[in-house]
Amino acid sequence: MFAEQILNGLTLGSTYALIALGYTMVYGILELINFAHSEIYMTGAFIGLIMVTVYKMPFPLALIIAMAGSCLLGVTIEKVAYKPLRKSTRIAPLISAIGVSIFLQNAALILAGPQVRAFPVNFKSASIKLGQSIQMSSLQLLILLISIILMVGLHFLIHRTKLGQAMRATAQDKEAAQLMGIKIDRVISFTFAIGSALGGAAGVLVGVYFNSVDPMMGFFPGLKGFVAAVLGGIGNIPGAMLGGLILGIVEVLGAVYMSRYKDAIAFAVLIIILLVKPTGLLGRKLQEKV
Amino acid sequence: MNSYYVQILTVTGINIILAVSLNLVTGFTGQLSLCHATFMGIGAYTATLAALKLGIPFAVALILGAISAALFGFIIGVPTLRLKGDYLAIATLGFGEIMKNILLNLEITGGPMGLRGIPKVTNVYVVYLCVTLVIFSLNRIMHSRVGKSFIAIREDELAAEAMGINTANFKILAFVLGAFYAGLAGGLYAFFFRYINPNNFGFMKSIEILSMVVLGGLGNTYGALLGAAIITVLPEFLRSVSPVIAQYRMVFYGILLVAMMIWRPQGIMGENKVMKRRGQAA
Repeated sequence: MFAEQILNGLTLGSTYALIALGYTMVYGILELINFAHSEIYMTGAFIGLIMVTVYKMPFPLALIIAMAGSCLLGVTIEKVAYKPLRKSTRIAPLISAIGVSIFLQNAALILAGPQVRAFPVNFKSASIKLGQSIQMSSLQLLILLISIILMVGLHFLIHRTKLGQAMRATAQDKEAAQLMGIKIDRVISFTFAIGSALGGAAGVLVGVYFNSVDPMMGFFPGLKGFVAAVLGGIGNIPGAMLGGLILGIVEVLGAVYMSRYKDAIAFAVLIIILLVKPTGLLGRKLQEKV
Repeated sequence: MNSYYVQILTVTGINIILAVSLNLVTGFTGQLSLCHATFMGIGAYTATLAALKLGIPFAVALILGAISAALFGFIIGVPTLRLKGDYLAIATLGFGEIMKNILLNLEITGGPMGLRGIPKVTNVYVVYLCVTLVIFSLNRIMHSRVGKSFIAIREDELAAEAMGINTANFKILAFVLGAFYAGLAGGLYAFFFRYINPNNFGFMKSIEILSMVVLGGLGNTYGALLGAAIITVLPEFLRSVSPVIAQYRMVFYGILLVAMMIWRPQGIMGENKVMKRRGQAA
């Protein structure tokens, strides 16, 4: 029973990790909390749903299209709402981000209506036996596998490609990176593209996992993705993965005792980290530069 | 005067208190708070319960509501505002939703049914007396050393600290003061509408207040006042023109926030330097 709860936690946590990656990558480069990220997640779920129900696509193709769509949305948001504000005070892009989030959420409410939709994907609901008493559904296995593949892919991209190197350089020092011939605007666009694609994938996976998609679905997962990013150390990519998994497990175990306030657990975690170790588990303390 | 107009005038007054108090936190001190409506709700529930269950006189209940909102502001502000960065925005976002959840689940708050049968004490005179007091006290604060510290923190936190301002304490102070005024507005709201439920004080209301401040002018008390008046009266006007438009209100707020930040970050009233470009001499 306990082991099964841990497994549930890992499944949920891997989706938080995917969301957290989007927050942490953008924060690492722009020091901006991208509030619209939760709506990118919601949009990803809707695109996946439309591909599966309206166009009768197989699930893997729908997932890829949803990721591409989210990617496009993320890049567009950056170009329209954040880029013109890159030189203004801290609070201006934050307010703009909130504006984008509100706009997307309510546009989806008007277009799709407030009702919760099912996400009909036909998987053989076989369960796999691990050891004597632990059962894992094929759906959980699928979500874990896809999350792991995406995260390994991301790790490869960041550490083995030139683009990844440019991203790391930009995160470290924007001006120095620019002097080294890195095109900052392109790096920022790519960061949004990758983060949004992962967020969109998380949206589809959660939509399938809980068999529900609605315009407000991004709110709490978005918040929890951010908590996971802070837990791991904001700006730190392995931290976001670790933070997501830990948060998922904590939440599932916590929900056993206080199911009514399930969503409050992540929030309590946030307050505790901020009090005890604001740099997060894997984050380093950075001196503020003048 | 027609009672419909009196009602709009009264609601405008309550919204003015909300907008100028959020302006203290977001406009003057530069900290984005996304749960201003939650503080309003805490004030409304505390004042109502104090008056209904304990029989405390209304004026005292109003102040109790404001104090309890300030107390919650302190609890949220201490862990999040001691740090650099924008943790406040996300912490307040979460706090607002959790408080709504708690209000929906507690028995004493009436759950989703809310609280009914609140006596009507607030009228247009009481509200505008409060508006006057709030704006007067805010002006006094902003002309004091404390207010100047708030602005210094907004302009450059590091430089403010170098000048010997304890930035953490002043940020918390601004946030607690903002919550106090919002709690007062909440009490006035409860004693005016005579019925409250958790959905009156949700995230959407917080965004509405933020839109008022951004529209009128961040860091400008009279700008916030003007923004509150416009955003209260305009939907009423539009509703009489076409009920469909009212549905699109939230979409409009979203576009408004983005567009104002890009084209006119100083808001309608302008003139202040909140949004001056980084690296420019003040």
